[in-house]
Amino acid sequence: MSQVLVLVDHVDGAVRKTTTELLTIAARLGEPAAVFIGGHPDAFDNASATLAEYGAQTVYRVEGEGIEDYLVAPKAEALAAVVAQAGDPAAVLLASSGENKEIAGRLAVKLDSGLITDAVDVQEGPVTTQSVFAAAFTVTASVTKGVPVITVKPNSAEPIAVAGVTPTVVTVPVTISEAARTAKITERRPKEKSGRPELTEAAVVVSGGRGTNGDFSPVESFADALGGAVGASRAAVDAGWYPHNSQVGQTGKQVSPTLYVASGISGAIQHRAGMQTSKTIVAINKDPEAPIFELVDFGVVGDLFKVLPQATEEVLKRKG
Amino acid sequence: MNIVVCVKYVPDAQADRTFSPDDNTTDRENVDGLLSELDEYPVEEALKLADATDGKVIVLTVGPEDATDAARKALQMGAHEAVHVQDDAIHGSDALATSKVLAAAIAKLEYDLILTGMASTDGSMGVVPAMLAERLGLPQITLASELTIEGGKAVIRRDNDASTEIIEASLPAVVSVTDQINEPRYPSFKGIMAAKKKPLQTWSLEDLGLTADEVGSAAAWTTVTSVAERPARTAGQVVTDEGDGGAKLVEFLAGAKLV
Ligand SMILES: Cc1cc2nc3c(=O)[nH]c(=O)nc-3n(C[C@H](O)[C@H](O)[C@H](O)COP(=O)(O)OP(=O)(O)OC[C@H]3O[C@@H](n4cnc5c(N)ncnc54)[C@H](O)[C@@H]3O)c2cc1C
Ligand SMILES: Cc1cc2nc3c(=O)[nH]c(=O)nc-3n(C[C@H](O)[C@H](O)[C@H](O)COP(=O)(O)OP(=O)(O)OC[C@H]3O[C@@H](n4cnc5c(N)ncnc54)[C@H](O)[C@@H]3O)c2cc1C
Repeated sequence: MSQVLVLVDHVDGAVRKTTTELLTIAARLGEPAAVFIGGHPDAFDNASATLAEYGAQTVYRVEGEGIEDYLVAPKAEALAAVVAQAGDPAAVLLASSGENKEIAGRLAVKLDSGLITDAVDVQEGPVTTQSVFAAAFTVTASVTKGVPVITVKPNSAEPIAVAGVTPTVVTVPVTISEAARTAKITERRPKEKSGRPELTEAAVVVSGGRGTNGDFSPVESFADALGGAVGASRAAVDAGWYPHNSQVGQTGKQVSPTLYVASGISGAIQHRAGMQTSKTIVAINKDPEAPIFELVDFGVVGDLFKVLPQATEEVLKRKG
Repeated sequence: MNIVVCVKYVPDAQADRTFSPDDNTTDRENVDGLLSELDEYPVEEALKLADATDGKVIVLTVGPEDATDAARKALQMGAHEAVHVQDDAIHGSDALATSKVLAAAIAKLEYDLILTGMASTDGSMGVVPAMLAERLGLPQITLASELTIEGGKAVIRRDNDASTEIIEASLPAVVSVTDQINEPRYPSFKGIMAAKKKPLQTWSLEDLGLTADEVGSAAAWTTVTSVAERPARTAGQVVTDEGDGGAKLVEFLAGAKLV
């Protein structure tokens, strides 16, 4: 059976949930194999335990000086080296993120292979499903040339643990070319962590818009009661009320949680583009004519400063 | 400084976008199109840089006949020249093919910097800039929310999930910019009039030294096998808050096993 390569997303060895989703998808297409780039030595041990748990039969460990010091190009080179080592893999899967899509784009050019981005499902073939034009259409597609390179949106599969797998570790030494060392990262400023789940991975997202008038506390309290992440519309971000990395929409994050709560958000097409594939959508808005109500499973016409605190209290009461 | 800005002509997101039933490609004929909103940002950034350096802005678009509109809008904003690559054989191109055509066109131009948007508003893959850098063998510094050019170098700020990075590369380079970088200008009346006299060239595949079987549906690396309109969401329940809106909301969530 051909291998299906999964690029591992990790923070110092802590494997992101999206990677476990991809390993689960990989098992539908062939033999799951993980590609681990970067990190400290003990980071690798941590990561490989998780990768084994989700069925990686092989873990390629890429070792190369300076991969992390340059933007995108070295990772694409490293991945191409692993593809060569793996023989003829059935596909390469990456989680959809700005950086990964760029890695995928460069890899596709290197391999002269077709590329599909932002799949919401991948089945045998591989046949992908994409949700396009702000989720107005569902499209299936496949790659017709080369090794299919596919980026998959978070929350596209439920990760399935597999017992008793001990992956073969293959070390891949990579020498990064001079050409890939041209965009140097000269400074990296970590962002403050909110303590809440990662926006794109969260099962629940509670977002606030211009209607919050700058006060996100009822939005945050409701998110915390539900164990969710906090999102924002561009209007709220542009006003400086919430950080840009919380923006949901076309030019922000694309989220697909089990529950999305829009409060004080009108529902502009660019906002919808980032949340319309959410499984259940709830909105609170003063204006009964707000377009967001066209999407909702449940809506409350009302003031978010009254509705959200009551809902928060109600959730906490039920939790006891 | 000479700056090439890649701009895409896209179906208007406010109109009903659809696919052509013959070959499952995006319908670009029966819908109003325009310059992708996100490509106004690199045009604006290029105009500012050109102003500061007495440089020239050349816009480049690959697309059907009407894509001239996108190039013209950029000329109206203030760009100096435009190139429109148009050839029936390009119809149905995927990202691999589009980047190939763009790279071949860029290779014929004189430039110090290539600017692009962060993503188109139709395909919204966000991959063409990286593919261009790969094909042209140029440094890639993408998703810039700030750009400065100094001493033959481009320096950007890139906001990632977990960190903010400062990245530099020497010119020429491919730089994509986000919608955080500036506030694009509207064309002035004077700009609209002036645009009519600006050079706008149309190039065919042959002009680029490419053949029909290298691009378009003929060469596609990917194929769309089905297209379905998403069923309209069944109308949800909307209640008006009469002092119990929050409680009703949680009742709904509990019924759906979400709390
Ligand atoms: C190129 C481009 C890209 C864009 N990308 C994005 C993107 O990624 N994400 C995004 O979100 N937007 C994006 N936008 C902007 C988008 O078009 C809208 O302007 C934006 O989504 C509006 O945000 P909003 O809904 O918070 O504000 P508004 O549209 O002003 O809506 C505020 C809503 O709050 C309601 N409200 C007010 N007070 C209360 C209250 N007390 N209680 C309850 N409800 C109240 C109002 O009735 C109103 O419906 C983009 C635009 C462009 C041009
Ligand atoms: C709904 C939909 C889904 C698609 N899915 C896929 C897919 O999975 N795989 C695939 O290979 N193709 C796909 N395509 C086709 C793909 O979108 C086009 O081939 C396109 O030319 C490249 O991708 P993009 O528009 O997403 O560009 P992006 O990579 O999002 O564009 C980034 C920037 O590149 C520049 N640019 C892009 N196109 C042009 C152009 N024609 N002329 C000038 N500058 C340009 C602009 O500066 C733009 O801001 C899809 C198209 C649609 C409409």
